[in-house]
Amino acid sequence: MTGVASYPPRVVPPPGGPPGAPAPPPPPPTATRPPASQPARTGVWIAVGTISMTFAALTSAMVVRQGAAPDWRHFQLPPLLYFNTLVLLASSGTLEWSRRRIDSARGPAGVYLTLALGVLFVAGQVVAWRQLAAQGLFLATAPSAAFFYVFTALHGLHVLGGLGGLTYVLHRLRGGGSTPAPRAALGAATLYWHFMDGLWLYLLVILVTRV
Amino acid sequence: MDRPADQPRVAEHAPPQGFLRTHVFSLDHKVIGKQYLDLALVAVCTGMLLSWLMRVHLAWPEAPIPGLGKLAPTGAAGGVITPEYYLSLMTMHGTIMVFFVLTTAPFAGFGNYFLPIQVGAEDMAFPRINMTSFWVTLVAFLVLISAFFVGDGPPLSGWTAYAPLSAVGKDAGPGQAVGQTLWAVSITLFCVAQLLGALNFITTTLDLRTKGMSLARMPYSTWAWFITSVIGLIAFAVLMPACILLILDRVAGTSFFIPAGLVISDRLQPHAGGSPLLWQHLFWFFGHPEVYIAILPGFGIISHILPVFARKPLLGPRVMIGCLVAIAFLSYTVWGHHMFLSGMNPFSATLFSVPTLIITIPATIVTLLWIGTIYGAKLRFTTPALFCLGFVSVFVSGGISGFFLAQPSIDVYLHGTYFVVAHFHFVMGVAAMFGIFAGTYFWAPKMFGRMMNETLGKWHFWLTFIGVYCVFMPMHYLGLAGNIRRYSAFTDDYLKPLIPLHRFITIAALFTGAAQLIFLYNLIRSRLVGPKAPDNPWQATTLEWSTTSPPPFDNFAGHPPVVSRGPDEYGGTGPAGDYVMQASAP
Repeated sequence: MTGVASYPPRVVPPPGGPPGAPAPPPPPPTATRPPASQPARTGVWIAVGTISMTFAALTSAMVVRQGAAPDWRHFQLPPLLYFNTLVLLASSGTLEWSRRRIDSARGPAGVYLTLALGVLFVAGQVVAWRQLAAQGLFLATAPSAAFFYVFTALHGLHVLGGLGGLTYVLHRLRGGGSTPAPRAALGAATLYWHFMDGLWLYLLVILVTRV
Repeated sequence: MDRPADQPRVAEHAPPQGFLRTHVFSLDHKVIGKQYLDLALVAVCTGMLLSWLMRVHLAWPEAPIPGLGKLAPTGAAGGVITPEYYLSLMTMHGTIMVFFVLTTAPFAGFGNYFLPIQVGAEDMAFPRINMTSFWVTLVAFLVLISAFFVGDGPPLSGWTAYAPLSAVGKDAGPGQAVGQTLWAVSITLFCVAQLLGALNFITTTLDLRTKGMSLARMPYSTWAWFITSVIGLIAFAVLMPACILLILDRVAGTSFFIPAGLVISDRLQPHAGGSPLLWQHLFWFFGHPEVYIAILPGFGIISHILPVFARKPLLGPRVMIGCLVAIAFLSYTVWGHHMFLSGMNPFSATLFSVPTLIITIPATIVTLLWIGTIYGAKLRFTTPALFCLGFVSVFVSGGISGFFLAQPSIDVYLHGTYFVVAHFHFVMGVAAMFGIFAGTYFWAPKMFGRMMNETLGKWHFWLTFIGVYCVFMPMHYLGLAGNIRRYSAFTDDYLKPLIPLHRFITIAALFTGAAQLIFLYNLIRSRLVGPKAPDNPWQATTLEWSTTSPPPFDNFAGHPPVVSRGPDEYGGTGPAGDYVMQASAP
């Protein structure tokens, strides 16, 4: 049994969660013990903070750069991006579905589906790049294009990191699906994956309005 | 293992087997902490050698430096440093010192070793991420150092790498082709490493505290590392994308920082529309908090050590924590004071000047709390205690000049002069170094299980203390006299009378640097053959002194302590003397 395993996971049922969701384990008697720690979840929250800061810095750089010179060039975003957005949103849904059913036999299947959709999203982004390049819009063509590539590339890298994390979680789930430690890791990975969704929606809004 | 079932723990990892896993690719936070400290030691020696070369050249610009001609045939043909190579040395000195010494040693080094022990944890929350953090830092250092050996040598745009000089490539001068790219890659990697480190520090502090270790009972050093991590998490998250944009400007032909119509070396640069000021804003939004990343761990170390040797609790513990938090918050509101010379609107300058003056209030309170702590105490004058007092001294000396520089009208005159060099070397460089020395003498018994020599330590302190004042105090005068910084030689008529003072500073710098050999000898000798250290040689109270010297693999040999006391209960009566350990029974 691993060290974290002696801790009941902090399962927070979503408000008005589905009736089929497994009931959370009874809370420990908190008076005599320290708060149950879930480093993975805390770590992801901190990562969310720092990644947000990185993209906030890039957004401010974009605003400043757009105002710095009259060479900003508006262009049409590839429509494929909207399809990619749906794929990423769907992957979040499948992961959430999987997290809630992780104790059932079908649970890990949702993680596999998420992995596939995640790969599809990244591949779709690459295709969108190639479509832009086919129009003659490269990194150095215009500042708007430069920011487009920087935003999508950095976000894509973070999605790839999330795919790595999910693969690791899957590996641990197969090692012993019902122990709390991998479940905590799955919860943390799900949180990160949802954040990738939210971040992409934010970036899409920024790109649609500014590029 | 015999542990209470309700003890918070990290994902468990077994004691390592084999040399590589134990000493090289170790997951143990203690080994990683020592690796960081050793890296900082190599870096500080490198950085100091570079400063020696610069100082010798400033005092005797025509004199060849023996052997240098062979090491840098283009930058110092015949041993005489060219103006461009002087700038390269300065860039490397600043970058190495700020990133790989002042960030690496007090924060990543000591923090890694002692934060988990001080909160009663077995290890960091994510040992693998912790190991990755160190190795990425090491790669970043090697990438930076490699700039000496490739292309035209190291970059010359300073540790601040102002655009467009840093962004345009080889036309901007020697070292600006490959060297500057290596610089940007190195700093990007460094940012990633420190973000991973900060992630670990914060999670460990929040989630892995042992039973009874409430926030109010956390040692001040832990508080300082925790707050520093929060600063770093935001600061490095801004510098990293800035460096990525810089790299793209350099290698991919983008124009983030390079304006249109720029002619350098008689060549029109193929860029348009970029904003050099954008780099300054992004850089200093990181750069000013970075100053506090360097100095706050020092604050924590001093607040941790002073009560031990004063045998008194720290005065105003909650005020101290509040001041650290206030400084961390305010550090994000003042970055523009580095840019008063950038043509900023005077109203904007006021906007940055006011918080700069406000931030001196918590800094002053912190200083008064230290002085109040030693007031009326029977101080034990050990080497770490001396370095604590020295820290307070140099911090005040360097801090006071900050009051002047915070005012835009005065800064416009002083900013480009040696006055600023004196200011930041005292308040950030030397003060942080004194914090590192205090921490090293204080914790060496715990880290290496052996005592350092006190006599050598005191020699080291007094020579260093007097030395740094001889080096940096005259620079205030030089600055007031209008002596411009970043010049490699002073040939103007109004600067010629100042050259004797430069020679004095150079001689003082050579002596002060040589005095560090005493420290180096003491450190290496005590690590190898020093007398065995008892578990608690200083009669201190925090958790690192409740375990063996050095601590076992999981820090507390399977018996995590239960805390029932504050971090500095000195001066009362306890079972072992005038102190009560944090892990004592209530």
